[in-house]
Amino acid sequence: MSLLEVRNLFVDFSTPDGTVHAVTDVSFSIAKGETLAIVGESGSGKSQIVFAAMGLLADNGKARGEVLFEGRNLLALKQAQLNNVRANDIAMIFQDPMTSLNPYMRVSEQMTEVLVLHKGMSKSAAHAESVRMLEAVKIPDARSVIRRYPHECSGGMRQRIMIAMSLLCRPKLLIADEPTTALDVTVQAQIMHLLSEIQQEFGTAIILITHDLGVVAGSCENTLVLYGGRILEYGPTRDLFASPAQPYTKGLLSALPRLDEDGEELHTIPGNPPNMMLDIKGCPFAPRCTYRVAECAETMPPLVNFEGGRLRACHVAIEDLK
Amino acid sequence: MSEAETMLSVDNLKVYFDIKPEGAMLWTKPLRLKAVDGVSFDLKKGETLGIVGESGCGKSTLARAVISMVPSESGRVVWMGSDILGLPVDKMRPLRREIQMIFQDPLASLDPRMTIGEIIAEPLKTHMRNLKPKEIKERVQAMMDKVGLLPNQINRYPHEFSGGQCQRIGIARSLILEPKLVICDEPVSALDVSIQAQVINLLTRLQKELGISLIFIAHDLSVVKHISDRVLVLYLGNAVEMSDGDELYMRPRHPYTQLLISAVPIPDPEIEQNREVDLIKGELPSPINPPSGCVFRTRCPRVQEKCAKEKPVLQTIEGTHQVACHFPLD
Repeated sequence: MSLLEVRNLFVDFSTPDGTVHAVTDVSFSIAKGETLAIVGESGSGKSQIVFAAMGLLADNGKARGEVLFEGRNLLALKQAQLNNVRANDIAMIFQDPMTSLNPYMRVSEQMTEVLVLHKGMSKSAAHAESVRMLEAVKIPDARSVIRRYPHECSGGMRQRIMIAMSLLCRPKLLIADEPTTALDVTVQAQIMHLLSEIQQEFGTAIILITHDLGVVAGSCENTLVLYGGRILEYGPTRDLFASPAQPYTKGLLSALPRLDEDGEELHTIPGNPPNMMLDIKGCPFAPRCTYRVAECAETMPPLVNFEGGRLRACHVAIEDLK
Repeated sequence: MSEAETMLSVDNLKVYFDIKPEGAMLWTKPLRLKAVDGVSFDLKKGETLGIVGESGCGKSTLARAVISMVPSESGRVVWMGSDILGLPVDKMRPLRREIQMIFQDPLASLDPRMTIGEIIAEPLKTHMRNLKPKEIKERVQAMMDKVGLLPNQINRYPHEFSGGQCQRIGIARSLILEPKLVICDEPVSALDVSIQAQVINLLTRLQKELGISLIFIAHDLSVVKHISDRVLVLYLGNAVEMSDGDELYMRPRHPYTQLLISAVPIPDPEIEQNREVDLIKGELPSPINPPSGCVFRTRCPRVQEKCAKEKPVLQTIEGTHQVACHFPLD
């Protein structure tokens, strides 16, 4: 059985200017110990999927569908039950470690609070466990770092503290929302290395939300490509990168300047991302797609399995995408 | 290349900031933060110089110091044969016509209460006062066409545009005076991949068309390598290596450059998952109290005794490849 299964998830936001359809009919699942990347550009709805699952949507947001965690629908849970799941089973780390840590509390208070509240530990036991966890994320001199305030730590160290904090209750699933976007590339390499070590040690499943295809290539087994709130392609990362089966994925991969290749003119995707306020009937990528056919503007192509474990949503046949 | 073709020459530029330590009293002596500590480089006509480095390495400060947007401690900046460092504002103004800047956050760098037409026309109204309104409008329209903005967008406001389009407006504003040098400070960092490619291609195309020189600052090594002829690598306010982009990637000589390149993920699972990434150890030292000798020695895998005693200078190692290291890689 899969650890987390999302079925026909819709997320809408009502705003004074109209309804924004952030996520439309998204279904996927993640197995125990798996790493899944959700890739998309700003506004593609990648963060909103997990926010909906975790009950973190803004007040004007509404989620429909099912998010099953070990068979329980998270969207139907009461606040107290959800808190229990959020603490013990699913943990989340965010993009900006400074704004997700409390600036008024020492690291030790923020960490022990979690254990005292959710595991009923004594303060001293919680403190010892927190130090152990900081050591597990390779923070040198953890005993003195734990007494600091967040602003006394560097960006990379703060993100390590966030990761340590999220692992305190040994979650089965870790959701990392752009965990390295705010960090320098050398620090990013350290953090990604750490995440893969943690996964091996604790057997945690990881959902990595990112716009950086390089990070995805190095660390994820499966990749989900999102555009305009819809899934356009899903599959094992290697296959998806080697032979993208959807015009958007194809365009995205070739628009990237690569360090290991000589650059001629970069391939571009013409146009701009879709306005999520509009009710898009067809494929959201159609207006920018160079392969589009008449059907694309009319109906959204279904997400179909076309090759062992790979899914794509496109009206154009794969052979014609060359 | 001959001497005449050098547009800009920066020699041993130093930018220090005085900052008050925590809990300082009025009479407490301020601390010196060495943001840029003796950087030199040349820029030729039509050339693109990339400046890379991590946050806090001084890359933005360096660019701002070149055009006196921040005061420098010492050094020389020679623009087309004349010394321009620390010139008074009125003497500097005509030069601003020749040197323009593009900023990172496209929306924040545009005045929200001005229309696109007004924003792009503003430099013309400031620097070329004898132009007639009709001429201004013509030039603005021509420039909008050049950067890929539609003529009917001239009366719209910045908030009506996406990030990529705002960056096009910023580019139009900087190019309207036909500058000789454009300094781009992280121009594509805030943009999505598909839009980033559009803006990079636009910049390279316009550079070729207009023959301008570019200083391109970014933290993304792949972007910098793609666009630049030569790349300067900064670490903690010091130039550690400078070379032709391909050469730098194929054969980095400074241990820091090598670690930096190794940390950049390659978007190809076949390569990336079988690649050994050399992780850099430790934390970035404080620029208030940088290490003695070589600034990278505290994190360097090749460190030896000499590194703490003597500061290495940037010197030519082969052809145009310069490195500041006592024990460079082969």
